[in-house]
Amino acid sequence: MTGILIIEQTLNGLQFGLMLFLLAAGLTLVFGIMDMINLAHGSLYMLGAYLMASLAAATGSFLLGLVLAVLATGAIGAVLEFMLLRRLYERDHLSQVLATFALILIANESVRMLWGPQQMMLNAPAALAGPVELLPGMPYPAYRLAVIAVGLVVAAALYLLVTRTRMGMRVRAGASNREMAQAMGVDIRRLFTVVFAIGAMLCAVAGAMLGPLLAVQIGMGEEILILAFVVIVIGGIGSIRGALVGALLVGMADTAGRAFLPILFRAFLPPEYASGIGPGLASIMIYLIMAGVLFWKPQGLFPARG
Amino acid sequence: METQPTAARSGAAFAPRAGVALALWSLLALSLLPHALDALGQGFYIGFASRVLVYALAASSLNLVIGNAGMLSFGHAAFLGTGAYCAALLWTGGTTSAWILWPAAMCVAALAALVIGAISLRTRGVYFIMITLAFAQMLYYVVVSLKVWGGDDGINLGARPRLGLAPGFALDLADEFNWYYLCLGILALALWLSGRLAASRFGRVIAAQRENEIRAEAIGFPVYRYKLILFVIAGAAAGLAGALLAAQNGFVSPKLMHWTQSGSLMVMVILGGVGHRYAGVLGAGLLLGLEEILSAYTLHWAFWVGLTLLGVVLFAPRGIAGLFSREAAGR
Repeated sequence: MTGILIIEQTLNGLQFGLMLFLLAAGLTLVFGIMDMINLAHGSLYMLGAYLMASLAAATGSFLLGLVLAVLATGAIGAVLEFMLLRRLYERDHLSQVLATFALILIANESVRMLWGPQQMMLNAPAALAGPVELLPGMPYPAYRLAVIAVGLVVAAALYLLVTRTRMGMRVRAGASNREMAQAMGVDIRRLFTVVFAIGAMLCAVAGAMLGPLLAVQIGMGEEILILAFVVIVIGGIGSIRGALVGALLVGMADTAGRAFLPILFRAFLPPEYASGIGPGLASIMIYLIMAGVLFWKPQGLFPARG
Repeated sequence: METQPTAARSGAAFAPRAGVALALWSLLALSLLPHALDALGQGFYIGFASRVLVYALAASSLNLVIGNAGMLSFGHAAFLGTGAYCAALLWTGGTTSAWILWPAAMCVAALAALVIGAISLRTRGVYFIMITLAFAQMLYYVVVSLKVWGGDDGINLGARPRLGLAPGFALDLADEFNWYYLCLGILALALWLSGRLAASRFGRVIAAQRENEIRAEAIGFPVYRYKLILFVIAGAAAGLAGALLAAQNGFVSPKLMHWTQSGSLMVMVILGGVGHRYAGVLGAGLLLGLEEILSAYTLHWAFWVGLTLLGVVLFAPRGIAGLFSREAAGR
């Protein structure tokens, strides 16, 4: 029984961690290459989820909706970068905070205007709606397995893109030393519009895939944005590998904390306390990990800058 | 932030005497405001004005940290919330005197700032932003998860505390006029003290380390200790603002500690003009005023607030105070 619970929670943690990685990958490149604090990254995640909910309903196909939502969010990201964010790279962090905080307000209100204040329903595709029996006596939702699969495929594709292509080489050069990369002839500005669009597309994948599991609602981006920041700080700002390790660490810690801490507390606390403190402590634990990493390894686990 | 020139120098943009005169005129205008509102039949807005004053106190305390010291703290709501919860918990425990509630809130918030600051101030730049954010989020989740403290719902207080001024006489804080003048008095006192602080030897060391931390350290100032003291002072002031906010609203909720609250305070400071002595006041007045006015016309006021903030970033990079500063025109 406990063995099954542990496997199940490990899979849940893997699934959440991979989705966090998709969010953190774009964020860490923006932060690492351009030294830009983008609080609006969570808004792209929200937009991706809303577009997915609408497009999947309109086309009647989960897959088609996913592709369209990802492309649309990528286009929005590219336009946003081109029109606004590139004006902020040279500015100080305060201006970036103010501008991207403003973008959060604008994005949330735009969504409220277009889709209304209610939550959106987004169902898993019918083929994946049921459970699969992973081990005898251990059913697991097929959709969650699909999320893990998508996460793994996208993470692998991103890894190949960053480590095996010319563009990835330029991105890594930019993250490790932007001025030097520019001096060597890399057009950082143009490269960066592309990077930002890819980051937005990754956000949309995460938002669309998590949509059926979490609520598609206004403000969904704000909660997960901070987790994504935690991930990239733990991993090392600008490092994709760090983002992957950090995301899995945070995903696992969060899921395990939520699942096991209440059980642990029930052993020596009255249940009404245990049920509240467990999930709270799980959230706190993540920030403790981050504070610890910052304290002992201020550059993160995998520093990107040489 | 070693590479970021802050706008703090604009604090000296007004000649000292003109600054005093301007401050006194503003204080006079603010003293007359509730009577003017009342005469216009807009008495409802006196409560709103008090709320602006309390937020101005909170934002001004953050301005000490960001503007004077150049430390980008993204977790200031932690101290606002700590103060509010401390006052609320003492209140539900049966303490009604403001003379106990508010100093206690300041002390507990100062203690929180001491612990958080002692750890966070060892980091620099974006890492300082992130670690202060992390600590604030920790406190947020502590409060959310403690069902005994009301969890998500917060704590209802019902009434405002008792402020005894003499034996047998207490100021009636339920009266909106009294409450307004109390908030105005506290804010004015806090601003005067922070002005004194900035002009003192302590304040000059703080400014020196903002411009060049390594040099300030090389000269021999214990920079870390100075920054920590400033951080604690700002935390205490934010704690007082939190306790006032709890009394004003009659309830506290974890939203006070959410990172978006830290974000709003930061937005107020930037909007006002980082480092300008009155940035917190200008920013709080502008942001809350904008929200209040726009929400009367449209359900989607946040959209227009966002657009306005974007406009400020792009066209008034030094905030509202920067627009009026002579130095800004000279550059």
